[in-house]
Amino acid sequence: MAAMTPTTPATPATPATPATPATPATQTTPAAPYAAGSAPDTEAPGRSSSARRPRPGIWRGAVLALAGAYFLVPLLASFVFTVHVPGQGITFEAYTALLSADGFTESLLLSLGLAAATIALSLLLAVPALVAVRIGSPRLRPVVEVMCMLPLVVPPIALVTGITTVLRWGPEHLSRTPLYQTFIAVQNEKFPVVLVFAYTVLALPFVYRSLDAGLRAVDVPTLVEAARSCGASWPYVVLRVLLPNLRASLAGAAFLTLALVLGEFTIASLLGFQPFAVWIVSISGAQARMSVAVSILSLLITWLLLIALSRAGTTPSTTAAAPATTSRKES
Amino acid sequence: MPTSDSRAAGGTRRRRRGPRTWLAALPLLVFTGLCFGIPLGAMAFGAVTRTDPAGGATRLTGEHLARSLQGPYLGSLIGSVQLSALTALVGGVLGVVIAQAVVTSRSKGLRSAALTASGVLANFGGVPLAFAFIATVGISGVVTQLADLADLGWNLYSFTGLTVVYLYFLIPLMVLVIAPALDGLRPQWREAAQSSGATGWQFWRHVGLPVLAPSLLGGFVLLFGTAFAAHATAAALVGGSVPLVTLKIADALSGNVLTGQENVALALGLDMILIAGLVMAVYLPLQRRSARWLR
Repeated sequence: MAAMTPTTPATPATPATPATPATPATQTTPAAPYAAGSAPDTEAPGRSSSARRPRPGIWRGAVLALAGAYFLVPLLASFVFTVHVPGQGITFEAYTALLSADGFTESLLLSLGLAAATIALSLLLAVPALVAVRIGSPRLRPVVEVMCMLPLVVPPIALVTGITTVLRWGPEHLSRTPLYQTFIAVQNEKFPVVLVFAYTVLALPFVYRSLDAGLRAVDVPTLVEAARSCGASWPYVVLRVLLPNLRASLAGAAFLTLALVLGEFTIASLLGFQPFAVWIVSISGAQARMSVAVSILSLLITWLLLIALSRAGTTPSTTAAAPATTSRKES
Repeated sequence: MPTSDSRAAGGTRRRRRGPRTWLAALPLLVFTGLCFGIPLGAMAFGAVTRTDPAGGATRLTGEHLARSLQGPYLGSLIGSVQLSALTALVGGVLGVVIAQAVVTSRSKGLRSAALTASGVLANFGGVPLAFAFIATVGISGVVTQLADLADLGWNLYSFTGLTVVYLYFLIPLMVLVIAPALDGLRPQWREAAQSSGATGWQFWRHVGLPVLAPSLLGGFVLLFGTAFAAHATAAALVGGSVPLVTLKIADALSGNVLTGQENVALALGLDMILIAGLVMAVYLPLQRRSARWLR
């Protein structure tokens, strides 16, 4: 906590990371068990606890039931919508016809390819930078933080207005320079690199936050010095010492990026490409049932990915990862 | 090269370490400079200049910005701010209530299920969400027909409809943001308050809320920004019936309106960034003040 204090007043982008004030909170009480919130009820002196106990139970039950209804009803209703055709009964045609639908495979593969490239690029850029800031250049920290967090302030649609303006420079001003070929290449229909760049910018805040939380939970300088004084080379330190400690936050960053790219609509549609989300909208007019079916499937896929990735990170979630890692370090 | 250096005396090592680690951060800084800075610069430049199509001369003008603050464009900005403020407020309050219910529950399973679900649902914005709600409470939606919502005056393709849809990803977002902070409220504080005779309300009024304030504000700002920037959900859902600045920009960019409007789109983009920046500027001093409590 003390390490981050000087940067907090200095950087305008810090407030864009609500996790920043939040994460130290978990850190200040690394040993606090999760049941701690309910502890006062049980541990408090008898008079107040007996008077108080039934009320939070009812309150909590009602809140959770209402929330559950609000979040489950649209999902269930969407499913009913896709399988129940008025007058015809139950049919799974919306799902079975999907694979043969025009553009389904292409758009899905395009989105997955873009996601893989975006994850690779954002991690390759962010991991060295953040590790470097932790180890040796704390003065760079505000700069890196601002750079990573600024995209949160800039809505994707504002970014895309800028991108279209820049892309128009290609034919207008640069048609006789070699740069023109670059402008054409990044807009390749088969694999629009310009989308990878844009998505990497959009993903940076999430990647930064996830990695920063992970790095904060481990004592990087000590780990590095220990490994270095045992004679480990720098690549060994990064690959075998740091990255395993960051597994959960790397997985978290990758997942968030994947979800972001799979669902991204604004930039792709305005630049005229057709990844998955744009494709869903394009079929919605003619095949409403199928577009809803795809929407449900995309939620299920995201859910499965999250569970798989959090298993890979050994802890149920990134929020839970920080205290867990801290306590392991302390023990 | 590093091995021999770092084995040297501590002083030299520290001095040499600086420039080397600085290089590791360079790709990130160069990348953001190019892929984020240049488009933003181009947007800002285009918003305040006008290029004569015949002569090619570029001159400074406030015309685009002025036009972006008039008539339907101004209406769309106001609509976006209203929708974002309302959804951020409602979503923030409901998110805190749900997070508190989850955090104080003794069930570890409920906790991890709720946080996982929040993680997924917070990312469930955009197009799929719009279609799920169309299927549920749209004109021929399942719930609409079961409950005769249409007779009750329900219309999904309206301001209220959008609010309900936005809350679907804003509430989980707030839960994700605020749950760690609620965990950070130490049980000892409440015990101390109770043994000094404080009521539950007094505990929240004098201890809980002040300590949570930075996280609450951070959550509200994040929610506001998310709602303000949201385009895909609204685009797939309402088309043009609710005035939102993102929809207006998309229209102008894709040439659905008069030609020569591209620069107004750039100016609107600049307006959006200014509003988002303004929210930050309001939030900064407050956050700095209340951040003391969480040290």
